[in-house]
Amino acid sequence: MSLPGAPTLAHYLVLGAILFAISMAGIFLNRRNVIIMLMAIELMLLAVNMNFIAFSHYLGDMAGQVFVFFILTIAAAESAIGLAILVLLFRNAGSIDVEKFGRLKG
Amino acid sequence: MPTELNALAALPEIVVLTAAASILLIDLFVPDDRRHVSYWLTQLALLVAVCVTLTTLRLDSVTAYHGLVIDDMLADFLRIACFLAVSLILFYSRSYLVARGMFRGEVFVLMLFALLGMQVMITGNNLLTLYLGLELMSLSLYALVASRRDDARSTEAAMKYFVLGALASGMLLYGMSMIYGTTGSLDLGRVAHAIFARQGSPALLTLGLVFVVAGLAFKLAVVPFHMWVPDVYEGAPTPITVLIGTAPKIAAFAMALRLLSTGLQGASFDWQGMLIVLSVLSMVLGNLIAISQTNIKRMLAYSTIANMGYMLLGLLTANRYGYSAAMFYVVTYALTSLASFGVVMLLSRHGFESDRLDDFKGLNQRSPWWAFIMLLVMFSLAGLPPTVGFYAKFMVIEAAVSDGFVWLAVIAVMTSLIGAFYYLRIVKLMYFDEPVETLPIVVRGDTQLVLSVNGLLLLLLGILPQQLIGLCAIALTQSNFP
Repeated sequence: MSLPGAPTLAHYLVLGAILFAISMAGIFLNRRNVIIMLMAIELMLLAVNMNFIAFSHYLGDMAGQVFVFFILTIAAAESAIGLAILVLLFRNAGSIDVEKFGRLKG
Repeated sequence: MPTELNALAALPEIVVLTAAASILLIDLFVPDDRRHVSYWLTQLALLVAVCVTLTTLRLDSVTAYHGLVIDDMLADFLRIACFLAVSLILFYSRSYLVARGMFRGEVFVLMLFALLGMQVMITGNNLLTLYLGLELMSLSLYALVASRRDDARSTEAAMKYFVLGALASGMLLYGMSMIYGTTGSLDLGRVAHAIFARQGSPALLTLGLVFVVAGLAFKLAVVPFHMWVPDVYEGAPTPITVLIGTAPKIAAFAMALRLLSTGLQGASFDWQGMLIVLSVLSMVLGNLIAISQTNIKRMLAYSTIANMGYMLLGLLTANRYGYSAAMFYVVTYALTSLASFGVVMLLSRHGFESDRLDDFKGLNQRSPWWAFIMLLVMFSLAGLPPTVGFYAKFMVIEAAVSDGFVWLAVIAVMTSLIGAFYYLRIVKLMYFDEPVETLPIVVRGDTQLVLSVNGLLLLLLGILPQQLIGLCAIALTQSNFP
């Protein structure tokens, strides 16, 4: 039973795509801070979660929601490792400014 | 859906997991001067894993854990290749790790966890398991790249690897969500079935496919998703560089094969076009940029990019013959790459990395034997007979030609000619230049033995390649590939 004007699958997919695009922009356009990059990575995984939940509900299949739990767990592990590397980086370079990382070209 | 548990099919994974967890605990009680106990335990675990894989070897394919993983000849063969690769890396890197204070338990444990991730990628039969395997491998590798905590270059490389790797996983995952949405299943067999039945929206499927291929391309390190490779190769400690450059490539190949062939064969027309672009760009750019490198680790990074381009030649034919050529290519490339980094680590010592091309000058006068091994490696990378690299290139090019891609074969041959220049330059430096460094090369006995065997295998497999080619062909015919 869906109310008139209730969000449909397409709405959720567009929302997911917008979140994904924002996170991409956050990684590629952001030239200041590594922490913002880590936030963008988290946002990217949340965009995927949005997609999975929407599809899972639409298909009436639980597998997608199970996948979301795994993604959430991995996102936690990933940010733990990312922040650990960030701490090392700050200790060695004294800065977390993306622009200043020029030791390796490319 | 298969309902049986069938845990025996995942026995090698169980062995590696148990070993990694036990070594993590045992290492706590090992005093610093007896760290070699953990080292040999790791080697023992790898040996046991190889034996277990050989004893549970099966010719048919069987799924386990309700279809989450699949055990077939392909999986067994590639698993053994990964075990051997990690074992060889440990042999080569022991002195390097000791000299730099990295001979610690966590390095071995993280290597084993990365290996476990690769095994899951190799045996995954479900989008969920493939993703979990990939993440387990990647997260362990990020930590390993950063394992020289006081070195600014390697932490910077780790950050770069982490951000781009996480981006790649995100893209892969976004693609997987689209595939799940169109086909209504995470199981690769059912995905394939739904695609053949033309179920769901084809536009959504193509969108998902683009993201999945982009994510895979990141992990395989092909142009235009190669930005991280040279920096990470240069910045990471050499044992970790060789770990990133060998076994994960085998695992990424297996994952690409499972996803594209088992799951998305019905959309092969779409991914074929994408792989052609990736392959051509990698072959051309990889070889051209490698010429201007003065650091051997960067040069080998671009060489990896180029070589993955050649490997894609086999994959993009979308038939079993091409797959087996690509598999032969990736396994022999890993073997060659292991030997090349083995020699680089051999020449390095405390406080000296030996990663510039100039460090190879006059190697023949310092040690004719290691110069000869490096010569074999360079010949194999350049694709000259009688080394195994020749057959590998020959097979992928033949696969491309027999599928009608003659122009691709022409590009492959032209670019490998360009590639021969920078590989042979090293041979020239070793044999015709005066050494700048005159210190004797001190190598452990076991490292000498293993590296020599590895180098000579390149020659032996180049003279007698039939067995390995046959194995690759059997592995693919016995598995469920279209």
